[in-house]
Amino acid sequence: MHPAYSVILFTTASGAGYGLLFWLSLGIQIGYFAGDRWQSLAMLVPALALITIGLLSSMLHLGHPERAHRAMSQWRSSWLSREGVAALSTYVPASLMGMIWLLEIDTNFLPALAILAAAGAMITVYCTGMIYASLRTIRHWNLGLVPLFYIAAAATTGALLFLLIQSIFARAPDWVAVTGVAAIAMAMIVKLIYWRTIDGNKGQYTAEMATGLGALGTVRPLDPPHTMPNFVMREMGYKVGRKHARKLRRVAVALAFILPLAMVLLALYSGWPQLPMLALATLSAAIGIVVERWLFFAEAEHVAMLYYGAARA
Amino acid sequence: MTSLPAPSTRKLGLVIDLDICVGCQACATSCKEWNTGGYSAPLSDHDPYGADPSGAWLNRVHSYEVGEGASGQTVHFPRSCLHCEEPDCVTVCPTGASFKRAEDGIVLVNPDTCIGCKLCSWACPYGAREYDHDDGVMKKCTLCVDRIYNETLAEEDRVPACVKACPTGARAFGDLGDPKSEVSKNVATRGGFSLLEEFGYKPVNRYLPPRPRRDGHSAPVNVPVEAIPAADNSVAEKLFAWADRVLSR
Ligand code: SF4
Ligand code: SF4
Repeated sequence: MHPAYSVILFTTASGAGYGLLFWLSLGIQIGYFAGDRWQSLAMLVPALALITIGLLSSMLHLGHPERAHRAMSQWRSSWLSREGVAALSTYVPASLMGMIWLLEIDTNFLPALAILAAAGAMITVYCTGMIYASLRTIRHWNLGLVPLFYIAAAATTGALLFLLIQSIFARAPDWVAVTGVAAIAMAMIVKLIYWRTIDGNKGQYTAEMATGLGALGTVRPLDPPHTMPNFVMREMGYKVGRKHARKLRRVAVALAFILPLAMVLLALYSGWPQLPMLALATLSAAIGIVVERWLFFAEAEHVAMLYYGAARA
Repeated sequence: MTSLPAPSTRKLGLVIDLDICVGCQACATSCKEWNTGGYSAPLSDHDPYGADPSGAWLNRVHSYEVGEGASGQTVHFPRSCLHCEEPDCVTVCPTGASFKRAEDGIVLVNPDTCIGCKLCSWACPYGAREYDHDDGVMKKCTLCVDRIYNETLAEEDRVPACVKACPTGARAFGDLGDPKSEVSKNVATRGGFSLLEEFGYKPVNRYLPPRPRRDGHSAPVNVPVEAIPAADNSVAEKLFAWADRVLSR
């Protein structure tokens, strides 16, 4: 599948934003910020900024961005629609929390809003994963592991941002860092299982099934229907970089998981200043997750390519 | 509405005879000509006379080589939307622009509400939807909905443009939900089949297989199953294998 840069930016940036919002809300739930509104705002603002940048970038990917509001209407059947509804709904508790801190409103609603924001963040990321996982035409995506990884990746990048921003104010307490380590480890394990799973599945459909001509023998393209690639081939038949997939997988594992893991552990136990190490961990994870997301698209094969010379899909 | 309607008794569709299609592309060009001015208008092209031409077409004619050696043959293979009975291309649409008509089963895109997210094209296993980069909306076969019910046309012209254009009569249009219709009877006698049945979208369109060759050379041959390559021995593979072992303990 063609990796559209707007969609890569959308899924990674909004994922990190929702992850940060999730950890922030959880922190509020357990009374971690104990009334430090500036610290809370310092997390909420970048979270909402990342979410908004992501959503705007996904809208730019549309042929008619001015009609985007229509995408809220089909939540009964469409995961993309559900994602839109969840994304917009999550803004409500998140911005109310922001207002409470900004205007120093005295209220008991904060924990309730935090629960809603955390749930909204999770549900939105889950919906994003399900947009891909619900497509039976793409066996690399049609897996329960896909939404699981989207959630794990959001939790990882969100936890790193949380730790980074926290370290600007004070040393991150151990339990927060441990949560981050757990998120990274879980994301790495899910991704490794995911790669094993897709490598073991060569596809159950053949060109013979696609054309219904299997009884006559193997089917091979002779004359193409068009001289240059059409939309279907450009969108669904993207092959560039597939041969580098192995190398890129290693890059993604090193940058998204192993280096951040080492950095967080160092930040915790070395006694050195935390900020630069956590900044490096976050930057490395950001690049690593972008590589991972690029691969998520580039490695995915579409059943329609059976008509264009793929033997199996 | 993006949810699928209750199954209709009328199932309008095409029956394509692969025995007599000569791959002349008349159906594809005629489709383009009608639809670039009809329901799907425009069907934009980019660089049509240049080095890298591309554009939105609703019908594509492939030519395949099938079978080996003396029993090998060329099969011309037109491919367009099959107006499936249970297609995800409809249900994934976030706007309701992609819909299936309750009265006759035709699958359409409403060009006034489509946001051009392309998700429906991802959900189609047949590669039947093509995005129009200029118009910013998805295009697909309309079964010439603006011809078949069009009372300003002469009665004999109320068929899809591709059917009308085919010089060999390889394309037929009719109600595949009615077992007594011409098309249904033809499908029954010729052993008509649907594409990628296994996938489960229940296409309405049917294809008629090439007839056995008169020289008797079309005996079925075994389709070799592609060998699945063994995993290589790289560091990454070992890492995955290790993770797998650890996890399956
Ligand atoms: S052929 Fe493709 S576009 Fe047409 S109804 Fe079936 S799934 Fe949808
Ligand atoms: S491209 Fe248009 S018709 Fe297709 S899913 Fe998106 S909004 Fe619906």
